[in-house]
Amino acid sequence: MHVEVDVPRCVASGQCVLIAPEVFDQGDDDGMVILLDDSPAPEHHAGVRESALVCPAAAIRLSE
Amino acid sequence: MTVDLGSVPARVVVVGASAGGLASAEALRKFGYTGEVTLIGEEVHLPYDRPPLSKEVLSGDLDPDRLQLRPTADIDALRLDLRLGQMATGVEVSSRTVTLAGGATVGYDTLVVATGVRPRRLPGTDGVRGVHVLRTLEDAIALKVRLRPGRRLVIVGAGFIGAEATAVARRLGLEVTLLEPAAVPLAHALGEDVGRALTRAHHDHGVDLRTGVTVESVLSRDGEVTGVRLADGSEVAGQDVVVGIGTHPNTEWLSDSGLQLDNGLVCDEFSMAAPGVYGVGDVARWHNPLFGVTMRIEHRTNAAEQGLAVARNLLEPTARRPFAPVPYFWSDQYDLKIQAYGYLRGHEEVAVVDGDLGTNRFIAAYRNGDRLVGIVAVGMPPRIVRNWRAAIAKRQEWTSVMNAALSTA
Repeated sequence: MHVEVDVPRCVASGQCVLIAPEVFDQGDDDGMVILLDDSPAPEHHAGVRESALVCPAAAIRLSE
Repeated sequence: MTVDLGSVPARVVVVGASAGGLASAEALRKFGYTGEVTLIGEEVHLPYDRPPLSKEVLSGDLDPDRLQLRPTADIDALRLDLRLGQMATGVEVSSRTVTLAGGATVGYDTLVVATGVRPRRLPGTDGVRGVHVLRTLEDAIALKVRLRPGRRLVIVGAGFIGAEATAVARRLGLEVTLLEPAAVPLAHALGEDVGRALTRAHHDHGVDLRTGVTVESVLSRDGEVTGVRLADGSEVAGQDVVVGIGTHPNTEWLSDSGLQLDNGLVCDEFSMAAPGVYGVGDVARWHNPLFGVTMRIEHRTNAAEQGLAVARNLLEPTARRPFAPVPYFWSDQYDLKIQAYGYLRGHEEVAVVDGDLGTNRFIAAYRNGDRLVGIVAVGMPPRIVRNWRAAIAKRQEWTSVMNAALSTA
């Protein structure tokens, strides 16, 4: 799995950090998404998929 | 009543092709569903995002081409029976059939209702040029082209849509009069003190905010709006009028279905309205067991989360899970980022637990009964806001939350 984030689209909701904190973080000041791991281990795939589905800015893109 | 939960449906029909409908369809595929998925949408566009319509689209910071929720290739890969520009007009639950405008019918095993809401309008404004609502891409573009420096704009309703549009219009150099029937904007939702704190930004940015006023009618000349008349007889001039006075759930097409409607489609804690019928997003009034109340939530995040939850329950009918989210929304106004978690309606107490309402940096906590039920955060670091969300999700007791907040303050 390869993960990309479209930072300008991000609205800093933090949903991805709640679901998959191993893969996503937020900037301390602006709350924008920070991708911690663009090729996450298999045990994090379900969380990453869910993050991409619920991201309110459609800012997470996956290729599997 | 016995409910047949034993089998995965062969054909799912999703009515409503915005965030909630798309999330339902997409989640079905991501979870491995190989049956037929029909997605019916009244608008002609591929699913697109609405929150930016009153923010970045209006300001010109986001090209409308970038609003599409998924690239077209990703939509194609979902292998949907996609029917855009088609309105569902009825459903017959006994035969499991949806009727479309024009008379065509679509059979389903499971129906997902995700038809959303539409803006309330002021009476007598049909066909008057320059009167706007903000729900669709066309609405946003129609307003955007008229937002030119020096023009006069009247905004009716100082809720979140009205406040966001006001902030954009001021930034673009328009004169804005913001009209609000309540004494304090947002007070009914967030409480008077927080409402007042958020209103300060309008004053700071030169908005002519008038509270406690009711719009009686829209004034026009030759079919073009010229302003509004208030209940006290005074008039407010404007070359455009934006109306942000709430919404109606789109349930008229269900009125003869026998499904229970009560300001939305009534659903249980699994988002199920009847055997084989689920509700998703703005249109669904469901029982949220986390808060123990029935709620209808018009938030972008809820639409996607509920779509995902419904897809999961459809595919695992014997292991259904209640949909028990902590509602979340955000609003961008001027340089303020406002974020709210939880269910604030009917709150009994508000306490500032971090920062100061007199600044643009604070967290207000909301109590209902003996529990923390929500927060509103402005200008706070995400890590702190997430901790508060966790406390809401855990249904923490108000007194222990307050003691902890005071000891770290």
